[in-house]
Amino acid sequence: MDIVNLGKPDREFTRRVEKESGQTVSKCYQCGNCTAGCPMGFAYDFQVNRIMRMVQAGQKDLVLSSKAVWYCATCESCTVRCPNNIDVATVMDVCRHMARREKKIGVWGVRAFTASFLETVKRFGRSWEMGAMGGFMAFALKPFTDLDLVPKVLPKNKLPLVPHTIKARKEVADIFKRYNEGKRNGK
Amino acid sequence: MANNSLAYYPGCSGQGTSKEYDMSTRAVCHALDVKLQDIEDWSCCGSTPAHTVDHGLSTALSARNFVQAEEQGLADVTTPCPSCLKNLKVALHRLKDKNVGPEAERILGRSLTQEHSVRSILQVIYEDIGLKKIAAKVVQPLTGLKVVPYYGCLMTRPHDLMEFDDEENPVSMDKIMEAAGATILPFPLKVECCGASMGIPRNDAVTRLTGRLLGVAASLGAEAIVVACPLCQMNLDLRQSQVNRYNKTNYKIPVFYFTQLLGLAFGIQDTHLGFDKLVVDPKPVLSKLMANKSVLPGTFDNAEVAA
Ligand code: SF4
Ligand code: SF4
Repeated sequence: MDIVNLGKPDREFTRRVEKESGQTVSKCYQCGNCTAGCPMGFAYDFQVNRIMRMVQAGQKDLVLSSKAVWYCATCESCTVRCPNNIDVATVMDVCRHMARREKKIGVWGVRAFTASFLETVKRFGRSWEMGAMGGFMAFALKPFTDLDLVPKVLPKNKLPLVPHTIKARKEVADIFKRYNEGKRNGK
Repeated sequence: MANNSLAYYPGCSGQGTSKEYDMSTRAVCHALDVKLQDIEDWSCCGSTPAHTVDHGLSTALSARNFVQAEEQGLADVTTPCPSCLKNLKVALHRLKDKNVGPEAERILGRSLTQEHSVRSILQVIYEDIGLKKIAAKVVQPLTGLKVVPYYGCLMTRPHDLMEFDDEENPVSMDKIMEAAGATILPFPLKVECCGASMGIPRNDAVTRLTGRLLGVAASLGAEAIVVACPLCQMNLDLRQSQVNRYNKTNYKIPVFYFTQLLGLAFGIQDTHLGFDKLVVDPKPVLSKLMANKSVLPGTFDNAEVAA
């Protein structure tokens, strides 16, 4: 395990994470239960209990630049198993929101998938697997690693080649519009 | 407006990769006299991508569907998909949260006018119909079929939010399958994560996590895995070949939606259950099941069962 040098604590960061998540991060006593059950831990640079410690210690940069917050699959295993009833998964979620707001690059593939998925929702009102895949390839600038699955799924006649579009797609587009306006006004 | 139907939210995958879940859900609900009324012009709940971006946005995307239900005079919503379920449930909570609520309403452009509930189809069948009535509908018990029920990470946790079954050891699907006559093997990984949507950006997450699920299921002697989640199903079924390739294994375990097997036990015709949509061929398992039966699948049609 890498040793990290803690910088000067940013108390405001700790406070914001606690406020946005509604969780008392200071209750964490580092038992490691969250990490023990975390299925994505193998891909993390910092295990989830260390993220919790770093939030307590106000290590904004380390937390928001971590890969861990992007690889978290929000499976809630940590939340269920925390002896202090901390909703750890929501803390991870909130850290990812902050990382995004602070324009951290994060993990490109995860961002690309999120963006292309939401783009299909914005346009059609519903998500569209094929469109999201195409977008993912375009965003991530790499061929989709699941091409081997295409011949398996096509004969099943399951993947619509055109999106299902809802009638009121403007209502959904407006939701995105108002969200973006709020973001611009520094919500 | 008196309306005893449940507002049905099929979810995006129900029109694509999990068509067979949607089909079999409708067929089984029809047989059990659970009235479903589709939410008109429903929209995507935002799924995992939206809540990883912003809670206000994801709440608003989900909440639009309650607006639609309200306009149809419906308050109680049900969905087969645990991911949609969780989003819809979280949205109802967040709308009442003093931090996120007002912002979500601003993004949605309006507020809800009544109280709502959301439950999974699994919960509706388990609680509203109950095991006795389920067992009474069985005309073709799944005798001898050894299955492991896999709930995935979303269905029951955290309990404070999902308010259903047990968060570490859920039993509802076990019991339903038992009522249908199947043999349930104790599966220790019932609620472990399958890798969820990480399969797309990170294949290895799924080959690793789903590989473990398949490995344990196989070592227990399971002939099939029974699921209630489209994402779990896709990872276990569609990606089973990928998992096999990465891990040098050779599993061929069919992965059924619980509604498909329930439908089979009720004698509902195959055409309503979508077995042909499964990637890992279920025929060997199904024909073995049927081999010692006098009744063949699909002898009863849906209408007869409902009668
Ligand atoms: S389980 Fe809870 S108390 Fe234990 S390390 Fe994780 S967050 Fe801290
Ligand atoms: S929610 Fe995220 S951090 Fe928590 S156990 Fe699951 S993957 Fe790990």
